[in-house]
Amino acid sequence: MRFGTTEEQRDFAAALHDLLQRVDVPTVARAWASDDTGPGEKLWGSLAELGLPALLVDEEHGGIGAGAVDLVVAFGVLGRHAVPGPWVESAAFAPVLLRGVDGAGDLLSSLSEGRLRVAAAVEELAPRAGDVRGADLALLVRGTEVHRATVGAHYTSVDATRTPADLVPAAALGDAGPEVARAVDHAALATAAQVLGAGQRMLADAVGYVCVRTQFGRPVGEFQAVKHLLADVKVALEFAAPLVHGAALALDAGAADATRAVSAAKVAATDAAWLSARTALQVHGAVGYTLEHDLSLWFTKVRALSSAWGTQDFHRRRVLDALLSAASAR
Amino acid sequence: MTLELSAEEEAFRDEARTWLRANSPGRLPSMDSAEGAVAHRAWEASLAAAGWSVVSWPVEYGGRGASLTEWVLFEEEYYLAGCPTRIAQNGISLLAPIILEHGTPEQRQAYLSSMADGSVVWAQAWSEPEAGSDLAGIRARAERDEDRGGWVLNGQKTWSSRAAFADRGFGLFRSDPDAQRHAGLTYFLFPLDADGIVVRPIEQLDGDAGFAEIFFSDVFVPDSDVLGGVGDGWRVAMSTAGNERGLSLRSPGRFCAAADRLVDLWRERGEAVASVRDAVVDAWIRAEAYRLYTWQTVTHVQAGGSVGAEGSLNKIFWSELDVDLHETALELLGADQELRGPGAPAEGSWVDDHLFALAGPIYAGTNQIQRNIVAERVLGLPRGDSGRAR
Ligand SMILES: Cc1cc2nc3c(=O)[nH]c(=O)nc-3n(C[C@H](O)[C@H](O)[C@H](O)COP(=O)(O)OP(=O)(O)OC[C@H]3O[C@@H](n4cnc5c(N)ncnc54)[C@H](O)[C@@H]3O)c2cc1C
Repeated sequence: MRFGTTEEQRDFAAALHDLLQRVDVPTVARAWASDDTGPGEKLWGSLAELGLPALLVDEEHGGIGAGAVDLVVAFGVLGRHAVPGPWVESAAFAPVLLRGVDGAGDLLSSLSEGRLRVAAAVEELAPRAGDVRGADLALLVRGTEVHRATVGAHYTSVDATRTPADLVPAAALGDAGPEVARAVDHAALATAAQVLGAGQRMLADAVGYVCVRTQFGRPVGEFQAVKHLLADVKVALEFAAPLVHGAALALDAGAADATRAVSAAKVAATDAAWLSARTALQVHGAVGYTLEHDLSLWFTKVRALSSAWGTQDFHRRRVLDALLSAASAR
Repeated sequence: MTLELSAEEEAFRDEARTWLRANSPGRLPSMDSAEGAVAHRAWEASLAAAGWSVVSWPVEYGGRGASLTEWVLFEEEYYLAGCPTRIAQNGISLLAPIILEHGTPEQRQAYLSSMADGSVVWAQAWSEPEAGSDLAGIRARAERDEDRGGWVLNGQKTWSSRAAFADRGFGLFRSDPDAQRHAGLTYFLFPLDADGIVVRPIEQLDGDAGFAEIFFSDVFVPDSDVLGGVGDGWRVAMSTAGNERGLSLRSPGRFCAAADRLVDLWRERGEAVASVRDAVVDAWIRAEAYRLYTWQTVTHVQAGGSVGAEGSLNKIFWSELDVDLHETALELLGADQELRGPGAPAEGSWVDDHLFALAGPIYAGTNQIQRNIVAERVLGLPRGDSGRAR
């Protein structure tokens, strides 16, 4: 029995992490938020060189043909660094969706080369696309029908790096059949991994802060009320992580309970990350309540992503429905 | 879930499943009652006879030399088959690992097999009226008796689980009156019917005598019943604390089985109490998280890692899951939630298990103490006003 990442996967995570350490991602994210997408596009290119958008594209179309476990490893790192841009749509959703569409080979090739950023909306899940900024292609999914779309009205997200927008169908691309559901599962799971990474980052930063901020003549991290808040965050994050890994294994194995596993992971990762966000805000005090402090980047992202690719209610319902229809729950 | 079990591991699981499902007696009367204790000992004996009592122990003491993976598989199957709680638990999970690690060959010979078959039940005697969370505040003392070749115990222990119906105890005593706190403690083994011992049962919240006070007046213990070195008791005892919080005390099988029963209860009654839908789902998700987290830990340990302060994450998680899960079940029972025994839904087992769960955040180091440990030893926050993390 083995339940955990391989050395190769840990090396991949380390390579992504090293790259993102060298870039000042918060500055890139702030630029992206103010519509200066140049630095973000450059970062996109660097991540593409490491193979990020090619992970789920098959080798025939220039991709790597890796699986969901590799995907969640990567998205954990993206979350940790608050990388902006429609990564979930481009590296998790579209590659799986377009597999099911005849004649989408060119799109897959462009995706894997990092030349295509995708905005996407699945009508059953959400009334609009979550993020259209910097996107070259917009896809609207109705039932199992995939359409090219044009971008309609824009909205403002609590996460300033995201631009939600309405999509208007333009031309039919084809029927993606069962790949629609699989693509949604991959997108939801990548989102779960991303918020979990963000939650881990906020905990690390909160721990760092309470060790240096002194009041009453001592680091505030000495106060037990502060300690116990942070301990609870650690517990929540530690126990959400294996659900994300387990769901990725289930997706890769094509397991019958994969959808249930994805939803369970999304629920737990979102709750844990949001607890981390709230706690980080609390233990930072007023400075955490400023846009200027980088905590705001992760905080607002987790808030926005908590309903992306299925609300908590949607995923809880899916878990329960799966449990009730299964002959045995395990 | 794809666990990539080996053929051998699968065969082990299937064999365990077959035997447990064929032989499980289901729920027995509470092991904290005289009648229940007898029934539970008989169950331990039949488990042992078939070689399922202590699968991870060496074969010579009644085990199967099973791997950690196999132990977790066994535990899953055990609870899925609806088998009873283990009266031998504190001996098996707290004392035996220490005897195996620090005991003499004679102690292993004398104590392990009889522990495995339930003929000798052990009670843990650590806590005292003045030493709870601050266990290093132990006052019960051991004085040297050179002539008889042993030690004389005096003082009081309390909250000792199952001591009312157990045969032997294991506990920490201050053997060096001049030493402070963690120093000068020694780990002793003793029969509960020794001259000078009085056991006074205490009724727990559920009405059963689940724990007891133990009074010692001039109780003689021979040198052969000192476990580990004289004065080394703290270190020896803490190696069980790691076991208790880390993997062995509450395996995921128990919570997974309870979560599955909760889903069944929702199936029956959910329409009437829709407001707890999310709590049902979350209880199931948390049990699943605990199961996968355990597999992650097993993978880590089998690759040569160890469980240190991280065991505290575990203890907080399962104990709070257990309470929440059972409170959700009680919500689903509506006005029946207060009923116990005959006439109650499921013979009152939800209520009984809820009362049992409520102690989880207190024993084995309270969850406040565990949070101190997580904060200071896992997250690295500065020590300060929280006392010495146990
Ligand atoms: C069902 C049950 C079975 C048990 N079985 C056994 C057994 O078999 N053998 C045995 O030896 N003992 C046993 N115990 C005792 C158990 O180990 C103790 O209850 C536990 O260690 C807490 O000690 P205490 O009850 O004295 O509480 P106290 O230590 O007095 O604590 C009271 C409260 O203060 C809090 N507190 C204390 N110190 C701190 C701190 N530093 N920081 C923050 N909060 C703090 C605690 O969390 C708790 O909320 C059992 C207890 C129960 C409930």
